[in-house]
Amino acid sequence: MILFRNVSKNFGSNVGLANASVHINKGDFVFLVGPSGAGKTTFIRLILKEIDPDKGRITLAGKDITHLSRREIPALRQKIGMVFQDFRLLEKKTVFENVAFAMEIHNAKRRDIKKQVMYVLDLVGIADKKDRYPNELSAGEQQRVGIARAIVNNPRVLICDEPTGNLDPVTAMEIMDLLDKINLRGTTILMVTHAKDIVDKMNKRVVAIENGRIVRDEEGQYGLDTEGDFYDGRDVEVDNYVF
Amino acid sequence: MFSRLGYNIRQAFAQIWRNKAMSFTAVLAITAMMLVLGIFFVAFVNVDLFANVIQQDYNVVEVYLDDSVAEEDLPEVEQALTDIGGVERLEYRSKEDALEIMKNRWGENGYLLDNLETNPLPNSYLVYVTEKSDADRLSVEARDIPGVTDVTYYQDTVDKLSKITHFIQIGSVVVMAFLVIVSVIVVANTIKLTVFNRSKEIGIMKYLGATDWFVRSPFIVEGIIIGALAAGISAGLMYLLYSKLTDVIGPDILRVLSVPVVPVNYMIYNLLIIFMALGVGIGTCGSIVSIRRFLDK
Repeated sequence: MILFRNVSKNFGSNVGLANASVHINKGDFVFLVGPSGAGKTTFIRLILKEIDPDKGRITLAGKDITHLSRREIPALRQKIGMVFQDFRLLEKKTVFENVAFAMEIHNAKRRDIKKQVMYVLDLVGIADKKDRYPNELSAGEQQRVGIARAIVNNPRVLICDEPTGNLDPVTAMEIMDLLDKINLRGTTILMVTHAKDIVDKMNKRVVAIENGRIVRDEEGQYGLDTEGDFYDGRDVEVDNYVF
Repeated sequence: MFSRLGYNIRQAFAQIWRNKAMSFTAVLAITAMMLVLGIFFVAFVNVDLFANVIQQDYNVVEVYLDDSVAEEDLPEVEQALTDIGGVERLEYRSKEDALEIMKNRWGENGYLLDNLETNPLPNSYLVYVTEKSDADRLSVEARDIPGVTDVTYYQDTVDKLSKITHFIQIGSVVVMAFLVIVSVIVVANTIKLTVFNRSKEIGIMKYLGATDWFVRSPFIVEGIIIGALAAGISAGLMYLLYSKLTDVIGPDILRVLSVPVVPVNYMIYNLLIIFMALGVGIGTCGSIVSIRRFLDK
């Protein structure tokens, strides 16, 4: 679904990503972990085509997106759902309108919008609050709205940037259960996080980045030792994947 | 862009309403500029018409005859005029014809001339010349022909007037162009404020895969509404102003002076079209300019 092949990106003298290769399959649930400034954000920005790589190739859903023209970017982003740490809901729109907005952008019919929005609001468990405004909701509820908006157009990939960062542990786990449920429906999920407890509990594939390099890529635990470093730091050979 | 016209119009009105003060200021500023522009336009059109009329009217040498010159003597005068040289054609205008022309020029006030006991206007010849230099010579030499009382020739005045009108026209165009640019800047700044207010929304829209046109179109519609509103108000005010103006100094005095004036309805109809085109153009350009930087982010 997402394929990075020897991708490098520098920002002046700062390394964003260095020769990174990652292959995320359709239906995967992958955690992207690493210290601040390691290159996680660069990784996501490359997928969203906010920036172009200096070297390497990026493929999404079978399409080479290494270099896209400005006109092609909206179509790409329609295949990707984004969930943010700060939810990024529109304060002046109700829950329903916030989610419907994502469909309006793609010229969906009014009738389809109503049906689909109610379906996803029900899925994320917030249908009864559809007429509330974001500031009338708890943080967990707001994130549910954010997730509903991200999946309402049935994206192939859901990218979650620290989705539990602003939530208490219990609410965070509820959100993780919801994401797991969405993943089971077949949506590929790439989640950036610092939350060790969540990663350990979920027991999914973990891709660790440090100084722009992929230092670990395997199923299981978060992998930080007590000093905060990744425990082995070995490079992962992903070139053996059959592309 | 127009496939979602309803959405765009709703959005645009909502934005205008949300930024009432700024939208009002923009409409006011553009209206003020359009009014100045309109005044220049009115001047431009009337000066243009005036210039054309005087060119037609006075591009001839008019030779007035004494009433004592009998009809049978006319060929003699014609011959004398032709002998001077450079004459392209001669047109005889009897005193009755001259009065009729004057009546027509005075229009509704023509009846005032009905009470004249005697016709004070002389018989005359309109002499069309081939070259301007011939006209100069003719206007001097024709005075010596027996029976000729006076010769009028306004070419120099016409030339001077033409230069002045030309200057006024160029000045008007420069001022109008300047005003259009200022209007674009005013709209751009207004829209920039609403774009800024909605920058978070624009960011989210772009993450959700909105095309540039989807993001841009409500702002363009907003600019168009502001421009069109200002155009409508300006045309209305110009109508009041122009009809008042032509009412006060209006057709009577102007007709007596033999200067025509462009009719109110014709003028306002054209002004409305020009204002609307300008308003829509200014609105569109202004919003495209102001949102461009946000889209590139």
